[in-house]
Amino acid sequence: MSIIDCDIHPSMASPAALYPWLPARWREHWGEYGTRLRQGLSSSLPYPRMTPAACRLDAAPPRGGPAGSDLDYMRSTHLDPLGIEMGVLQPLGALNHQRNLEFATALCSAANDWQREEWCAREPRLRASIVLPQDDPAACAREIARRAQDKAFLQISLSPRTEQPLGRKQHWPIFQAAVACDLPIGIHVIGYGYHAFTGGGWPSFYFEEYVSNVQAFQAVLTSLVMEGVFEAFPTLRVTLIEGGLAWVPALCWRLDRAWARMRSELPQVKRPPSEYIRQQVWFTTQPIEEPERPGDLVPLLELVGWDRVLFSTDYPHWDQDDPRYAFKVQLPPGRREQIMAGNARALYRL
Amino acid sequence: MRIDCDIHPALPSLTALLPYLDAYWQDQVVSRGIDRQALDLTCYPPRAPLTARPDWRPAAGLPGASLDALREHVLDRYDIQIGILNLVHGLLAFHSDDLCAALCRAANDWLAAEWLDREPRLRASILVPMESPALAVAEIERRAADQRFVQVLLLVQGEAPWGRRQHWPIYATAEKHGLAVGIHAGSLFRHPPSSVGWHSYFAEDYVLQSQAFESALLSLLTEGVFQQHPGLKVVLIESGVTWLPGFLTRINKTWRGMRPEVPWMNEKPAETVRRHVRLTAQPLDAPADPAVLGAVLEQLGSDDMLLLATDYPHWQFDGDAVLPEGIPVRMAAGLFAANAMATYPRLAETLA
Repeated sequence: MSIIDCDIHPSMASPAALYPWLPARWREHWGEYGTRLRQGLSSSLPYPRMTPAACRLDAAPPRGGPAGSDLDYMRSTHLDPLGIEMGVLQPLGALNHQRNLEFATALCSAANDWQREEWCAREPRLRASIVLPQDDPAACAREIARRAQDKAFLQISLSPRTEQPLGRKQHWPIFQAAVACDLPIGIHVIGYGYHAFTGGGWPSFYFEEYVSNVQAFQAVLTSLVMEGVFEAFPTLRVTLIEGGLAWVPALCWRLDRAWARMRSELPQVKRPPSEYIRQQVWFTTQPIEEPERPGDLVPLLELVGWDRVLFSTDYPHWDQDDPRYAFKVQLPPGRREQIMAGNARALYRL
Repeated sequence: MRIDCDIHPALPSLTALLPYLDAYWQDQVVSRGIDRQALDLTCYPPRAPLTARPDWRPAAGLPGASLDALREHVLDRYDIQIGILNLVHGLLAFHSDDLCAALCRAANDWLAAEWLDREPRLRASILVPMESPALAVAEIERRAADQRFVQVLLLVQGEAPWGRRQHWPIYATAEKHGLAVGIHAGSLFRHPPSSVGWHSYFAEDYVLQSQAFESALLSLLTEGVFQQHPGLKVVLIESGVTWLPGFLTRINKTWRGMRPEVPWMNEKPAETVRRHVRLTAQPLDAPADPAVLGAVLEQLGSDDMLLLATDYPHWQFDGDAVLPEGIPVRMAAGLFAANAMATYPRLAETLA
């Protein structure tokens, strides 16, 4: 069976991995000032993961370096044995959230070159995501335009957490640029420190921080719909990556109710919110939902929409899904193939 | 029997509280003009469609301010034998714990005198200065002897997640007195309503309240509040309901991977939730198809969790459709009264 893995994380062995594409001015800056984020620890997470760097212990390359940094090892332990036909790269780390916007712009651009040269050029099964300095929408639009014709790039990458909600007008140049080059936007869970991880303050545990990504996705989707982004950009396509999907139906019902009640506040939203979501939003599978009664997964996927769901592994992270074991139930005929590759083919126009 | 677990009386103005304040606070409130300020909460704009059902909106004054109207609109019309008052008011939003505590004391006394003394079908929740555990405990202790107060009321979004240890004295005191802890929709906006920032529209803020409940519930679970307080019942009020099964799916799985971080979580979180957490059934956030609603509610895995509520005067339903179609008949049985009786032990004492 064909498998398209919509979430693979390449990592850098060290900052030097980006140096070939980073101007001297920014290499020096990185050395002198490090990364400056919106949190108490400058270069590690204040919610320690369950494993080092949140990676599978067996994903550490035998030749050294962090998990996800060795293409050969990724081939021999992931792409080859699982029969992955195509994988979408999703670089994470302190790139797009730098408080120094010029530094963020330089880092993101270097990370895009790095994906292209070190990964896609060497491995035809891999495609890249355009990483963006999202707090500077004009710079984002420039970077998108610069990469749009390059077939190595399959999508535009954004974080759900930004200074202001993503749907607000200041971010619309990004959507304009995405629509102009007809690339989907992949929103991957990440984003540190702009605001407390819950509207009721900072939680204590990684358990909560991990789950808070689900609330961040609901909030960013609410913002995109209610600000009228989908109405204004009817060809915009958005994928929500690694935030699950069990929450989608209930959020749609709640959005539709609020929209019906407060239409006088929302003239920019012409149709029930659930309609935009059904037509313009996709969801990746990992970490796959495992209801107490495993069979409940089938009606859930039916409600979300069989054509909305994209398979992903999240290699090399500790909570990775294996395509052989991820689904705990038998899916209806044809649906498994659709989720494993067919939907991704349609979304990414492969 | 029918028990309505979420009724909102309106405090016409702070002037109404003056008789219940001591001399110092009377002087503070009047000389600083606090009694003449509009103390509407940002999370409930008084004239927004959601805040009052059209046929419950009076020609003059605030919806929910009249006991006679409450009798006519809810208690008599829906044959309610017990109704629980939740005063959700801007007096909770002051940053001074002392001011907030004084106003909570006065508001609780006002509720007792103006509502509970005049209508035997009513019960109430105790308002507390929610950011000051010590003052909150003092107010619970002061009011606990009055069995007509059946619950301690908190808003879902304050300064710190509700499970964090600084709040535990509130839970200990509630548990000791057989009071439930009711967490109601609403925010003090000490933080943006979500982790993605300040949203533009009221409709967004309202939608996001369900996520606020997810976070608050997860905090209570991960910090171990229910292991520490085995007798505690927490009622999620005006939280919506259909989000819960999907959320339980997520946290059950996450718990399997993260148990070592929170070793006191000694069972699947869904089991803890079923034992300790209740939700009011308006709004449900029901899908259009009643069969889908039935299937989703079956995923709660318990018939004991839902409590009847009108959310009066908020506009959650029209006419007499207190409950949407599709609730399994078996669940509806407990929902009208038995679940509330089990949640609020004080109800049995006051009825006896």
